[in-house]
Amino acid sequence: MTTLTDPPKESFRPSMLLNDTRYRSITFQVIALLLLLGAIWYLGSNLATNLREAGLNISFQFLGSPAGYDINQTLIPYTSQSSNLQAAYVGAINTLLVAFLACITATIFGVLAGVLRLSNNWLVRKLMAVYVEIFRNIPVLIWILIIYTIMTVTMPAPNAFRGETPTSSMFMDAVAITNRGVYIPAPVWGEGSMVVVATFILSVIGVIAYRRYATNLLYATGRLLPMLWPSVAIFFVPTILVFLIMGSPIGLDYPALKGFNFQGGLQIGAPLIALWFALSIYTGAFIAENVRAGIQAVSKGQTEAAAALGLRPRRVMSLVVLPQALRVIIPPLISQYLNITKNSSLAILVGYADITATLGGITLNQTGRAIECVLLLMAFYLTISLLISAVMNVYNNATKLKER
Amino acid sequence: MSDTHAESVAFVRETAVPPAPPPMNASGPVKWMRENLFPTWANALLTVAALYVIYLILAATLPWMLNGVWSASSLRECREILDGSTGACFSVLAERWNQLLFGFKYPSDQYWRPTLALVLLFLAAAPVLFIDLPRKLLIFTGIYPFLAFWLIWGGPIWNPIFALLGVIAAYVAYSRVVHRSFALGVLAGLIAAVVVWTLGGPIGDMLSAPKPLLEAVPSRDLGGFMLNMMLGITCVSLSVPIGIALALGRQSHLPIVKMVCVVFIEFVRGVPLITLLFVANVMLAYFFPPGSGVDLFIRVVIMITMFSSAYIAEVIRGGLAALPKGQYEAANSLGLDYSQAMRLIILPQALKISIPGIVNIAVGLFKDTTLVSVISMFDIIGMIRGPILASTDWAGVYWELFMFASLLFFVVCYGISQYSQWLERRLATDHR
Repeated sequence: MTTLTDPPKESFRPSMLLNDTRYRSITFQVIALLLLLGAIWYLGSNLATNLREAGLNISFQFLGSPAGYDINQTLIPYTSQSSNLQAAYVGAINTLLVAFLACITATIFGVLAGVLRLSNNWLVRKLMAVYVEIFRNIPVLIWILIIYTIMTVTMPAPNAFRGETPTSSMFMDAVAITNRGVYIPAPVWGEGSMVVVATFILSVIGVIAYRRYATNLLYATGRLLPMLWPSVAIFFVPTILVFLIMGSPIGLDYPALKGFNFQGGLQIGAPLIALWFALSIYTGAFIAENVRAGIQAVSKGQTEAAAALGLRPRRVMSLVVLPQALRVIIPPLISQYLNITKNSSLAILVGYADITATLGGITLNQTGRAIECVLLLMAFYLTISLLISAVMNVYNNATKLKER
Repeated sequence: MSDTHAESVAFVRETAVPPAPPPMNASGPVKWMRENLFPTWANALLTVAALYVIYLILAATLPWMLNGVWSASSLRECREILDGSTGACFSVLAERWNQLLFGFKYPSDQYWRPTLALVLLFLAAAPVLFIDLPRKLLIFTGIYPFLAFWLIWGGPIWNPIFALLGVIAAYVAYSRVVHRSFALGVLAGLIAAVVVWTLGGPIGDMLSAPKPLLEAVPSRDLGGFMLNMMLGITCVSLSVPIGIALALGRQSHLPIVKMVCVVFIEFVRGVPLITLLFVANVMLAYFFPPGSGVDLFIRVVIMITMFSSAYIAEVIRGGLAALPKGQYEAANSLGLDYSQAMRLIILPQALKISIPGIVNIAVGLFKDTTLVSVISMFDIIGMIRGPILASTDWAGVYWELFMFASLLFFVVCYGISQYSQWLERRLATDHR
């Protein structure tokens, strides 16, 4: 006869640290912690020894001293006498500028190519597949170099626009594409121009308010207000009216050929164009795949159900398919934006003064403060990517399927 | 019968009408074109636009490519041959072929070594890539890294041999002890390997002949597309196991381990690769013991491996999360411990799900190896921008060189992604 007994109450033995699941996790964590601390101590002491031997120290004093180099494309005031910190600011703003521009155009390219890849036109479908495959499988670095070479080697020099029979001419007398960059008209903000801008912003808010009001009215009462024409009217009419009443305060400064180069207007340097275009067309190929996957993820039954309810094709798209597809598309899209921001660090290749080129390039080489510069550089990119992840988490929570 | 019938009706067809082909616009190429190219007016416009785009591209590139010059020793000579007409100077590829592939410092009489290593790579990779091949070939895959190291870097043969012996000793020790516990097995393997390696160093020094069989080539002499391939293959193969460990660590219930893994992964994923390469270039040397002089190639390998293992960890974490909870519970109910459950039940399934993601990371990583040209290593882009375009003979030959580099990358990356799609179909064991 057997009897069931409680397992014997054992007192603690050292072998239980490895064999008893109650203690084993603590053992492993203590070992992990010791290994980690040991590694940190080892690396830290190596660093201290090496720095002492090289006669270096860690200090961020160099940020305050004059940078001593020029930056060709700046959005905020900067001279070569400005501090290294100011140079880093210029670089950070340039990074954000090219990332912002590239995000917009990459989205346009990507959405277009993604939708066209699902087109029922065989030729267009194949063409877009070729675009996606070619751009996805060749490094972005090569694309940046190729487009930079196109901009600087094949575009005409400014003096090709001169003389009796110029070999090149400006597009609509306003845009000049040269090997030094693209010149476009610059807006001149005259007196009272802020009123026009304010009116424009107000009318944009007005359009949004009107559309929201119309939607609410539709859901509440079933009355359908016209959408398109009132929106267009609210968007354009007040701004144009105010513009004319104030006496055309915003003018355009056209670039014109003076001497050896174009004067006036706004110069967009070749490096910026190369980086902007290469990043957008490269990332556009990835976004195209995301868009295609997102649209294909909406099951056909949804479209058919919407059609059975009597919705027109356009409303099926905007009310049923798109909201569901966007839930699939937006998260990878945002991580593509993050990739654009990180890939914009390749600016150093074509001499665009982003933060990698100023702080991590010239400042690093001039001051020799490698550790400090690289740490600051990493902190900058890390901040941006954590911010973008935070935005993504908010969006994911907002669009999560609400299950009851 | 037939007579009476013949009298009652005027005409009876006695043979079947031969089947007529369907109308032109309901079958064949015409129907296909109507449906696929010109179904509506808007679509027809799109087709015309697409044809125009294709025409523009071909008109710009075809004459240039077909009229290419393959035999000239400099750009000037090439332009003389072309005599004003459009045409490519492909002769730069012919003349600088070895530089593009091997860099400009690798001893030119030793080019057969990396070439042989590349050929053997296919042999070594075959049993990993195609599971139908005999498993015995895996032995060669195990030997290959040491063989390739010896072929490419040369030097005394005893270093790779003792490294290999250490790994074999580790495996033997591990398989002896692993039935007691996985952790003990790993520990025993580590100890055996370290013992063999420490003993092997002095013994190897005693044995090595004054003149090695293969001339030693320092790492800084590596270059060209070979460097891209080496960085890509080394870093991907190193980062898969590290990525698995990180993913498991991130999923673990041990808070310290989990925190370390999360911080590492999020940190590495948050910064661009180029900043990590800066670290490799200017900063990492400070973290090694004074006077160790770890060369740039190894520092770059360390940083790229860190980078890609963080991304691979995230992909594998996705695979782990996609497994139904029942699999974990089933493994527990069979009485398997953590390491057994992971090795036998969870990871095989999770890795299968993660294959497309891992391949995407691998392709991305391979493309990103071109970034080392920024920290003045002479990979294929570094070669093109540095020695070739700066030479007096070939200054200005942009398109041919960029096209060649693009073609190499395209072939490799497109090949890998096609392979991954094949593998996905091959491994799809569910819902047939």
